[in-house]
Amino acid sequence: MLMKLIPVFRGFDFFPHDLRLPFMKFKAAALIGSIAAMAIALALCMTYGLNYGVDFKGGSLIELQAKSGKADISALRDKLNGLGLGNVQIQEFGTPSDVLVRLEEQPGGEMAQQPAVQKVIDSVSSDYTQRRVEVVGPAVSSELRMTGFIAVAAGLLAIVAYVWFRFEWQFALGAIVALSHDVILVAGIFAFFQLEFDLSTVAALLTILGYSVNDTVVVSDRIRENLRKFKKMELNELLNLSINETLSRTILTGVTAIAVLISLYIFGGEVIRSFNLAMLLGVVIGTYSSIFIAAPLLGYLGVKRDWSDAAAKAVAATKTTRAKA
Amino acid sequence: MLQFTRTKIALILLTCLAGFVVAMPNFFSKETVASWPSFMPKKQLPLGLDLQGGAHLLLAMDQDEIKKDWMNNLRDESRKLLRDAKIGFTGIGVQGTQLVVKLSKPEERDAAIKQLDKVRQPIGSAVLGTGGYDVEVSAGNDPGTVIVKPTDAGMRARISNAAAASIETINRRVNNLGTSESTIVRQGADRILIQFPGLKDTKELKALIGETAKLTFHEVHPSIRADEAKMSTIPAGYKIYPGDKNEGPAEYLLREQPVVQGDDLADAQPGFDNRTNEAVINFRFNQSGARKFGNFTKDNVGKPFAIVLDNKVLSAPVIREPILGGSGQISGSFDVDSSNRLAVQLRSGSLPAKLTIVEERTVGPSLGADSIADGQRAGIIGGIAVVILTILAYGTFGIFACVGLLVHLILTLALMTLIGSTLTLPGIAGLVLGVAMAVDANVLIYERIREELRAGKSPISGIDAGFQRAFVTIADSQLTTLCCALIMFWLGSGPIRGFAVTLTIGILTSIFASVTVVRLLISFWLKAQPKGRIQIVPV
Repeated sequence: MLMKLIPVFRGFDFFPHDLRLPFMKFKAAALIGSIAAMAIALALCMTYGLNYGVDFKGGSLIELQAKSGKADISALRDKLNGLGLGNVQIQEFGTPSDVLVRLEEQPGGEMAQQPAVQKVIDSVSSDYTQRRVEVVGPAVSSELRMTGFIAVAAGLLAIVAYVWFRFEWQFALGAIVALSHDVILVAGIFAFFQLEFDLSTVAALLTILGYSVNDTVVVSDRIRENLRKFKKMELNELLNLSINETLSRTILTGVTAIAVLISLYIFGGEVIRSFNLAMLLGVVIGTYSSIFIAAPLLGYLGVKRDWSDAAAKAVAATKTTRAKA
Repeated sequence: MLQFTRTKIALILLTCLAGFVVAMPNFFSKETVASWPSFMPKKQLPLGLDLQGGAHLLLAMDQDEIKKDWMNNLRDESRKLLRDAKIGFTGIGVQGTQLVVKLSKPEERDAAIKQLDKVRQPIGSAVLGTGGYDVEVSAGNDPGTVIVKPTDAGMRARISNAAAASIETINRRVNNLGTSESTIVRQGADRILIQFPGLKDTKELKALIGETAKLTFHEVHPSIRADEAKMSTIPAGYKIYPGDKNEGPAEYLLREQPVVQGDDLADAQPGFDNRTNEAVINFRFNQSGARKFGNFTKDNVGKPFAIVLDNKVLSAPVIREPILGGSGQISGSFDVDSSNRLAVQLRSGSLPAKLTIVEERTVGPSLGADSIADGQRAGIIGGIAVVILTILAYGTFGIFACVGLLVHLILTLALMTLIGSTLTLPGIAGLVLGVAMAVDANVLIYERIREELRAGKSPISGIDAGFQRAFVTIADSQLTTLCCALIMFWLGSGPIRGFAVTLTIGILTSIFASVTVVRLLISFWLKAQPKGRIQIVPV
């Protein structure tokens, strides 16, 4: 068995190599569809609003575990609503004996949060043990919201700057549209299902940016290579060829990442489930966007065709003469 | 590209071996590792608070209180300085963030400024002489007024000193809880982060840091009561303090400048009063405190004095005889717990300002253990999925890729162990995700090899070209991910930062593991093939 394995570089090719899917034919439809999806996602974020977690909204989160048997959520709800702490959200968390209690930010500033949490813990301490407490005061939550926003924006800009530096501005523009698309769609899905959006979601978004731009860079690299190789090929055809040539890699890497993320989502525990979900969505959407948005956009934007050394020197020369003048 | 010199091979293998040795302790329990002979490495990755359980508290100092205290101090000092120089003044008061001194004789203004310059303290290091004073003394707009105003730099230095002092105080208080693994660090200008692994109940911790425990002894106004003073005017230098609710009057009129402060305490111990069996605190002053207190009590026999804790009057006993020994007893409405705690707080000194908890994240140990189990299970299942997919896709070369992944994982763990970064739950996700992303490098290379072979290249030059051409793409894609990871590191606190660190290290090691190591394996494999038997079959 081993002997047979050794000399053979044979695996299961996920895509027949001569398959030429006409991606560029759908570029208009894909772009319009994506823009519509982005518009819907943005509208969802506006109307439904993102369901900010404690990190961004302030307030408290208390995870409790019943000391014996199942947690009686309705009894817990009656008890905690009687404490006068405003809207108390209670939900099952992972197993029937675990519950998550959310308190909204208490009026009265930073000093008012801790006593509220202590009140909850004291009132249930006979039946429940506390597993986790997160309290974020008003000042910290607004700072975290700000840093979260800045981080995603900075991530986008850093990537775009890199792509611009390595390729041409058209590639950078394609990348930023594709990446914004990914982030906006994930946010839209989070808004639609009212999934909790917190600091770990932002970390997921940043990772998605990194993953999605991977795909975009791989395709772009191939486009650039093909631009050098096939100087006379029609641009759309060349883009289509590049997407197809890298398709098996795109799919295989995507499938691997998705397999890992599904495993993390199912088995990784309740605490990081929303992080894993965001990642999962992002990988699927990111794979789509690098094929259907980033590359096709180049078809519209056009791109420098002559990548030969001579051309590069000519450009450099004009630049220096211009600088001298 | 497929030729490796002997030194290179040795270096690569040595790196892998070193990584394995360093990472090894992480696969065993703490007890097992402790029993190993001394020459073996024992350093394990510390677990983050979310995995081992513990408390994370972010405290904010009350800056206004610090400013207010400082202004009051400046006022007292200025008053004393002017008196010493016999410069008359009609008023000296705090107005917002400045002190306004009204002189009796406007022509003495220059002399007053010169005298008041003595309240200034230079800031910055003496060596570098970054210059400047913490306070600026200048002539006011009205004739005969002098303004004493803290500078911005002075204010910053003041707050920074207060934060440093708070950290020391908290350190001393927290050490009384018995565990020494806590870390207490400064964050930003006025915040303090406490991380306390393994702490089950934060109630005690919060109570310990919740009080400033500023203990002072004040002179009580000999004739005017607080309620009387409220009706008319409060005499200069005096202030109304609220009383402890349970006993005595609701308010007291006390001299604002204390006779003795908590800084002069040498010791404080909880105890019981012999007669009433009430919980009390026995305290002892240091020499200078004992002298000050002795002089005061000698001069004021028969008059009351007030014991004030955090600006609340605990009690105001009458001095029956001079207390010269420097020790005494505080009674109030204490129970055993609160007297214990107060004794700890008094021993460790007072906090310069009240601290408010602005962020808390506490994880119980049972949740932490569950998270580790979940993370391990998800990681193993995810890892198996990656191995199956890779071998399905690439056969023998898939096995090489998996060996590369294993090296990648081990090196990542080894590097994390070396730099002492903590493993968090998102960090475990980062490790697993890192594996999935490291596969990408191999996929890029192998797909490229397939293409080259299809284009008619011989196996060896095909493999060679595959590695060479794919490398540019790999570098590009890793660098962009690195950008995101670094931003996450900057953004994140605790767990998220753990994720960013794992991701960053994963990117760095994947180039070595998935490219160099796999290339070496392939070159070994090629050499092991009998001549003419290499048949790489492109699909």
